Amino acid sequence: MENLLDQDFKSDGFLTQRSRFDWAWALLVMAGTVFAFSQYRHLMDGFEIAILLGSGLLTVWLGWFWPSLRTFTLAIAGLSLFAIALYGADLSAADSNFFLKYLLASQSAIMWMSALYVMATVTYFGHLFSGNAFTGKVAGCLTWSATAMGMAGLMVRWRESYLMGADIGHIPVSNLYEVFILFSLITALLYLYYEQRYKTRSLGGFVLLVISAAVGFLLWYTFDKQAHEIQPLVPALNSYWMKIHVPANFIGYGSFSLAAMIGVVFILKAGAETRNPNGLAATRLPALPLLEDVMYKAIALGFAFFTLATILGALWAAEAWGGYWSWDPKETWALIVWLNYAAWLHMRLTKGWNGKPMAWWAIIGFFVTLFAFLGVNMFLSGLHSYGEL
Amino acid sequence: MSSVNASLPRTLFRFLGSMNLAITLLVAVAIAAVIGTVLKQNQPYVDYVLKFGPFWFEIFKALDLYDVYSSSWFLTILTFLVISTSVCVYRNTPHMLRDMRNFHEHAHRTALQRLAHHAQWQSAQPLRSSSDYVGALLKHKHYKIKQLDTQDGQLIAAKKGAGSRLGYIFTHVAIVIICIGGLLDGNVPLKIAQMRGDIAVETRRIPASEVPEQSTLPADNLSFRANIDITEGKAANIAFIDFKDGYLVQKLPFTIRVDDFRIEHYESGQPKSFESDLVIIDEDSGAPVRQTISVNHPLSYKGYTIYQNSFGDGGSQLKLALHPLTGTGGQAQEIEATVKQAHPIKTASGELSLEIVDFRPFNVNPDPTGVKKFRNIGPSFQFKLRKADGTAREYINYMQPVQQDGESFYLSGMRRSPAEPFQYWFIPADEEQRPDRFLNFLAALHNPDRLNQVALATARATENSQSLPAAEQQKVADFMITLSRQFIDGGNERISAQIEKSVPEDQRRQVAELYATVLHQFLRNMYLTILEQEGVDIDQPVSDFDMRFFENAVNALNVSHQYGSPFLVSLNSFKHIEATGLQVTRSPGQWLVFPGCLLLAVGVFFMFYLPQRRLWVIIRPDGEKSSLTLAGSALRNRYDFDREFELIRQDLTQKLT
Repeated sequence: MENLLDQDFKSDGFLTQRSRFDWAWALLVMAGTVFAFSQYRHLMDGFEIAILLGSGLLTVWLGWFWPSLRTFTLAIAGLSLFAIALYGADLSAADSNFFLKYLLASQSAIMWMSALYVMATVTYFGHLFSGNAFTGKVAGCLTWSATAMGMAGLMVRWRESYLMGADIGHIPVSNLYEVFILFSLITALLYLYYEQRYKTRSLGGFVLLVISAAVGFLLWYTFDKQAHEIQPLVPALNSYWMKIHVPANFIGYGSFSLAAMIGVVFILKAGAETRNPNGLAATRLPALPLLEDVMYKAIALGFAFFTLATILGALWAAEAWGGYWSWDPKETWALIVWLNYAAWLHMRLTKGWNGKPMAWWAIIGFFVTLFAFLGVNMFLSGLHSYGEL
Repeated sequence: MSSVNASLPRTLFRFLGSMNLAITLLVAVAIAAVIGTVLKQNQPYVDYVLKFGPFWFEIFKALDLYDVYSSSWFLTILTFLVISTSVCVYRNTPHMLRDMRNFHEHAHRTALQRLAHHAQWQSAQPLRSSSDYVGALLKHKHYKIKQLDTQDGQLIAAKKGAGSRLGYIFTHVAIVIICIGGLLDGNVPLKIAQMRGDIAVETRRIPASEVPEQSTLPADNLSFRANIDITEGKAANIAFIDFKDGYLVQKLPFTIRVDDFRIEHYESGQPKSFESDLVIIDEDSGAPVRQTISVNHPLSYKGYTIYQNSFGDGGSQLKLALHPLTGTGGQAQEIEATVKQAHPIKTASGELSLEIVDFRPFNVNPDPTGVKKFRNIGPSFQFKLRKADGTAREYINYMQPVQQDGESFYLSGMRRSPAEPFQYWFIPADEEQRPDRFLNFLAALHNPDRLNQVALATARATENSQSLPAAEQQKVADFMITLSRQFIDGGNERISAQIEKSVPEDQRRQVAELYATVLHQFLRNMYLTILEQEGVDIDQPVSDFDMRFFENAVNALNVSHQYGSPFLVSLNSFKHIEATGLQVTRSPGQWLVFPGCLLLAVGVFFMFYLPQRRLWVIIRPDGEKSSLTLAGSALRNRYDFDREFELIRQDLTQKLT
């Protein structure tokens, strides 16, 4: 009878549960971090070294938490390092080298990303209508590939900015063009996580609609406004805060967009269940409680990161603008977005609201977020006018 | 009666802590915030009057819409939000803390069986070994457990995720702390002082030394945000707070001297950094503190923070030349001027005041080709010409010609009021890239002798008038002079208006065409004399450049009457003196706000990612065997709990069969 407890729970605790693969992953990522540190130490101040170390640890943890990210990260690292090696010290290699010109120069990679996202959107809808599992798999692969190309594109763009001049180099999250790419990538990754977690691909088309819209904007912005050209930083943006404030913000924006699209699916599904319970929408789309759960999770995640991003923004403002809060339009709209989702969460968690009203509210929330993200830059002027159209 | 009195505070308390009030306040803050962004805040009152008219201006002013975020109604909403949140925290914290510690070990089996997550089965294991295994498994799953014997059997109560309760407390306390910190740093104290009449807003533009005591804040003011422009080499121990429609003077407990101000540029010409070399002279602490500040790198000194905020001209010395536009030419008048000062200029039509508004040693502007490139278009200066009656026009002159469609022009912008955009006069540059040829051309058109000479020559050369007697020819010539006069004084518009007045409708087109041809011929001949004067051989065909110059010059002449200045001002040389714009702040509230933010961030993550979960296992002895009841409940994230509960159930039912 004691044998029950003999196979006792040795592998207790998060760290002791790690497999050899997990540790190999950690070792690899940290080796990369140390390498980056030894290579670029002279370009970084104390805060930036801390951010580098933090990103290393975060990457290790993310790889443990969600193993698919490991392959993904390795693919990006491979593509980026290959492109950087091809570039050498010569930016003009982008026009002469075959791989750079057609695949990996940041602009080409981002074009691949755009094309792949649009293809993935169509394929996801194909999967939804046909119910064919293989089509779903293809759509998933396309989304992963698009995200990998986009992320590699950003990495290469980072390098390209330094090739343009040591003082021009900066992390590519400094203008509307760059953050639109970031937005697409983060939204896609969040979606891919939930896709795996809940084992359903029927939401893909809807979520990727938002990404395709972002891609459409990106293409217009590229071809009509030449926005893809790398510009040096304005003095106000030249700070380590940018490296954490912007990505945190876009995790928020990405999650809110995801939640809004789940809201759309919820309303479609709820409507279909009453009108046509045997139709495509009612049978193929995930169950309503699952949709509600994903919607709540996305908003909770977005809210947490948006809180963090706004706080980081306030800290940055205290260093750059002379005060942690200036009621600048962008700040104020960030507050409005925050208040909106705070109200949403209160209603759900303490009043137990659910169903269609919450789905509609998530969709309205998306438009509020969209205004904070784009509308403020278009219609209101203020301190935060870095991404003007 | 007494019961009503006793319940009133309780009702009020319940109302203040209610979720409905909290949500209403959240929405109210959001709406107020929207108003504050849609209506541009803290603009000069004149702008609002222009925008809304006097009626709505007064109404909006009464509602404090020009400064929403420090209006009393907005602050009242915020205060209620703080109170409502505080009451929530006060009411909920005790039972949440109790709940966190509590294992709910008194749950009854029948109650547990009603939970959504529950299971029941028989095990071959005796009670003791079942209970040991359950305890070990739950601990392994990071549950805290409590075992006790009840009449139902042995009960193992387990819980985890107390953090979500803590998260609730943290976030709500954080909101209260942040709001209080923010209110400390806001301008509530100033508003109160103003309402009590302790301070008065200064609206006059007067030297700081003349600002009365009532508009001056002492150096021990705890919290403020003030601005000061300091010229290189100069020092200041005060700063200005923008307040309502005027300002207040804030004394500083130290003196700031600016040794140098620099703008570093990227290779492409865009600004890379703005830096000021500061020296803080503090009589209390002796040795001066030297530090260079730049955007994102302020200086902190004794709780004060000094930021690089802006920059401007600190009184640059300009040597200007005034080229007459109305007379018959002659020497340009040379004057020395200082930026931000007024200089009297004598002209034929009375005295004018030349006020230099601003000077920039270079202008890096987007390339007009639309490609995202930047080019330096040289120095520029901005000035006002004020007449004796007080009316003024404002000008901006660029000192290097700009390229447009491959041709060079000097740009001089003019506007009648600061609310308008500048309208640019395109003055063609000659082959030496100077405005001289155009100025000579214009001067010639003001010179009666030359006008007559060229008009006569033009009249004689015309086929129709060759045969006319001299008196008739003079008449034709006089007509040409009148026409050119009208053109200079009012452009083509004036000529058309004249035709409309004096010619019957059916002939107007014909006449207009004739006038245009005559005028063009006359101007062309005048232009040829200018070329001749420059030494160009006018018997040769006119070069392409000279031809295009002529067309551009005629276009410039056409609008010259709108320019409204008797001279064109150009810059001969300059001595650039800059001023740095500093912001000095003191915000003790940040020592509440920043810790509050940390608490908020931690709280939010606790709340969402450490969800509370409870499990109960009741094991009853059944001879040598045991019978088990497993039940669980989760506060939120039911889907995740489904999975966890299922795993635990499977593990237990497999091991304890």
